[in-house]
Order: sequence, then structure tokens, then C-alpha cells
Amino acid sequence: MTDQPTGDSIQRPVDASPLLSVSGLHAGYGPVQVLDGIDLEVSAGEIVVVLGANGAGKTTTLRALSGMIAARGTVLLDGDDVVGRKPEDLVRLGVAHVPQGRGTFPELTVTENLRVGGFTRSSEELAEDMERWLAVFPRLAERRDQAAGSMSGGEQQMLAIARALMSRPRLLLLDEPSLGLAPLVTRDVFERIVEINSELGTTVLVVEQNANLALDVASRGYVLESGKIVAQGSADDLRNDDVVRRAYLGV
Amino acid sequence: MTSSVAPTWGSDTVQLFVQRVFDGLQAGAVYAILALAIVIIFRASGMLNFAQGELAMFSTFVAWSFFDQGLPWWAATILSLVIGFVIGSLMYRVLIVRLGGTLASPLAVVMVTIGLFLMLNDGAGIIWGTDPAKVPRLFGEGRVELFGAGIAVQVLGLLAVLAVLVIAFGQIFQRTKLGLALRAVTSNQQSAALAGIKVTTTLMIGWGLSGAIGALAGTFTASANLGVDKNMMQIVLIYAFAAATLGGFDSPFGAVIGGLIIGLVSELVVGYVDIIGPDLRLLPGFVLVLAVLLVRPQGLFGTAKVGRA
Repeated sequence: MTDQPTGDSIQRPVDASPLLSVSGLHAGYGPVQVLDGIDLEVSAGEIVVVLGANGAGKTTTLRALSGMIAARGTVLLDGDDVVGRKPEDLVRLGVAHVPQGRGTFPELTVTENLRVGGFTRSSEELAEDMERWLAVFPRLAERRDQAAGSMSGGEQQMLAIARALMSRPRLLLLDEPSLGLAPLVTRDVFERIVEINSELGTTVLVVEQNANLALDVASRGYVLESGKIVAQGSADDLRNDDVVRRAYLGV
Repeated sequence: MTSSVAPTWGSDTVQLFVQRVFDGLQAGAVYAILALAIVIIFRASGMLNFAQGELAMFSTFVAWSFFDQGLPWWAATILSLVIGFVIGSLMYRVLIVRLGGTLASPLAVVMVTIGLFLMLNDGAGIIWGTDPAKVPRLFGEGRVELFGAGIAVQVLGLLAVLAVLVIAFGQIFQRTKLGLALRAVTSNQQSAALAGIKVTTTLMIGWGLSGAIGALAGTFTASANLGVDKNMMQIVLIYAFAAATLGGFDSPFGAVIGGLIIGLVSELVVGYVDIIGPDLRLLPGFVLVLAVLLVRPQGLFGTAKVGRA
């Protein structure tokens, strides 16, 4: 791999202790083992991408990290081992997960979705954050009393992200935010992710198939294949890596 | 000539009509309350609790035991809410969670609730015997005159309780954090958990609330019959399912309106249509349900699912 400096728009934190440090993570569904000992690290303030094809274990990784499925191994969140904790506890520790397929509450209105997102916060924080996210996502403000299920895919994705941010997370886990969205809408979603990261310092771990876009916003990345990490490096390293180029960038 | 017309619109006729309407509303209000209990569980967890009626009967018997020991009937009625809440939430925690909670096979849940139906019914027989246990009317024996008909204060009280229940439930579901949690769990359990909602606890509370409301249907049925009987809720349960179906299974408001309509229609048709006597009293309500479902499969107030592919 080439040893290029990272792009100057991306600040790579230098502090040594990572916010998330995963080692030897195994997880699966019943007898089916999907993750075969994954190691990865995310430092505070970073955007990190996990690339992988369908079935590589991207979604499983996030589900294990947010406590939705049982997992073995070590998951250190700010130094504390949180492996095996339930989702409702992990939210309170600062982990927010936007699941694949958006994960909104279709029967609830936009504001109700956001209130559910802020379930663990006090009502003052909730009101304040609600106004903030409605300002960041004006489309949601326009549709604040509309049922989430009746909105477009892009709007629902924005809502799902805003919903997750309502819990004031330290670590935001995003599962294929580009899935099913038009390219322009996807670009918009990724721009918001960068905005949130740079303005609030929210750490983001995003799994994607859309390598082009993900590597544009991420500082570092991992490549997942059949439940194993097969490559890792800075976004530029990965972009220039032959294997990654062939498999994920279509060049 | 005029004398042949006059009796049709005479005061006796009005009086009889008013009487029948209130009789219908009395029966309907109880169906409405039990239907509300059924709909709350269905909305929260997508399950049908066939033991809902027996749970109400059992709670009423427990309340009766306290009444028998000297507690006033009104206090025993309030106590039955607590008993219903405890039984309902335990039922979820002990049985349904064991079956896999919300991932439980619907068929397994049906079998377990039917099993519980039999268990509670026989259990009540063993504990309290098969003779009805006497209870008074909750709101006394008083009557109020309306268009010449004497309307029992008991009926007016029951309708007032129903109104309070509907308003209270609307407020709980729309305005409280618990209500928001219940609706979120109903809508998308996975995301609810990811937002920090304790799903099992929330569903336990949902089943508890349903048990509490159901218990009220039990105590009111007992009050109307002047006795608690282990088989008193079976026909009520059938009407309550019809009411929920008519109103739309996902609509608490629909359940209440459905219950009142079925009570009214049954009473009025039995009263005014000669060929449908008391022997066929189940018929009109169910014909109505069938007719409505043909036109609106989701029920009167049920919603066809909102969503985009």
C-alpha cells in the first residue's frame, strides 16, 4: 500500500485510547457463526467505515456492538468491557444504532419518533435536541406531524439518524445508510453525517457497500470478508489498494 | 282511526325504546371494556388473549373474597384493577416470555391462552365453588326517570366509567412516556430497544393494563348479574371479540364503539324483530360484524397499514 498523507479535510485524532476497541469478536445466529474474531478500533471523533459485500457480516458486526445479538470477545467502550450488554443499557452508555432498513416507527409521527429517540434523556434536553435536529433536517420539520411510514426513503433515513442522535450518543453506528436511496439523496445523507461528526464530535462507525462515498467521508476503514477483517488502513490507502479497487470501487 | 296510530308513538312506546336503548348500552359497555382489554394486548404484542374473560372472572372472584371479608364492594372493585394488573403482567412475564416473548409462535400463544382459560375456569370452581357468589350493584339500586323510563343509576355509572376509561387511555397513550413506549414497541420493537426502551417491561405493563381493564368488565358483569359466576365471562368474551373485530382490532376507540353498537343492536333487534327472540340473541350482532367486514375488512376504525415499499 502507498503511504500517502490523509486528506487535509479529515482530522485524525491523535489521542491514544480509542473510544471503541473490539478484539476477537465472535457472533452469529443460533448455530450459524457469522463473525470469526473481528478486531477493530475507532478513536473518539473519527468516522470509520467497514466495507464488505452482502453476507460479509457487516450488519452482524453492528448488531453485536449494539447488543442486539449475543457475542463473544472483547468490546471496550471507553475502556469498559460492554460485550453482552443489552441494547437498552448500551444506549445509556452512549451507543446509538441506526439499523438497516432505517428503523423508524412508521405509525408514529416525526416528532414522536424523535421523542422515542430521546427516551433516555430528560424532557428539557429532549425539547432542546428536538429543535436542533428539526433545524438540521428541515424536511423533517416540514413533516413533523406526518406518520414516518408515509415519507420517502431518504426522509426516513434522515429521521432514523436524527432519532438515533436524540440519545446524544458518543458512538453512532450506521448500517448501510445508502441502501435503497438515490445517489443524490445518499450524497446528502453522507454530507449530514460529516456535518454532525465535525460539529458535535460524534464518533461514527458506518458499514457500507458503497465504498466510493464511504471512503470520501471516512478517515479510516476496514474490509470485512466472510466474517474476518482482511484489510485495513486510511481511507486513501484503501482507495488505492488493488483488491479494494477491484472488489468495491468497480475500477 | 287515530286511535290505531296513536299507540305506536305513545309514551309507552318511547318509554320502552329508551329502556331498551339503555339495556343495550349496559350490555354494550361491558363488551366495550373487555374489547378494549383485548385490543390493548393485540396492539402491543400482536397476540390474542383468549383467557382475557377468565382472567377478568378470576380477578373478580379474588376481589369478591375481600368483599366477603367485609371490604365495601366499590373498594373491592378498585382492588380488582390491581389484581387484574398483577395477573395480566405475570401472565406475560411467566408464560409468554417463556414462549419467546414477541417472537413466540402465534399458535403457541393461542394454545397457552386457551389452556389458561380452562385452568382459570376450573381453578375458580375449585376455590370458590360453582354457585354464584352474591355481590351488590356498584352504584346501588337507584333509578332516574328519562322519557318515562326508569334508568338504573348502575347503568349510568357504568357508562360514566367507560367514558373515563376511554379518556384516561387516550391520555396515557398520547401524552405519557409510558404510552409513547407502548406505541413505539407496537410499531417497531427492534428500534424501540435500540432507543433504550425496556421492551419486556413495557409489554408486561401493557398486559397488566389490559388485565386491569378486563377485571373491570368482570366486576361490572358480576354487578349486573348480582353475583360472580365462574362461567359469566364466556359469552361476554365472544361479544368482546366481535366488538373488537367490528371496531378494528388496532383501534381502542373502535373497540369501544364496536362494543356499544353490538350491545345496542342485539337488544333492539331482539326486542323489535319478532322472529329473532331471545334464543337467537347472538345472531344480530354477528350478522352486523359480517356485513361490516365485507365492506371494510379492517373494521370500522381499524387502519389499513400505512407504509411504502
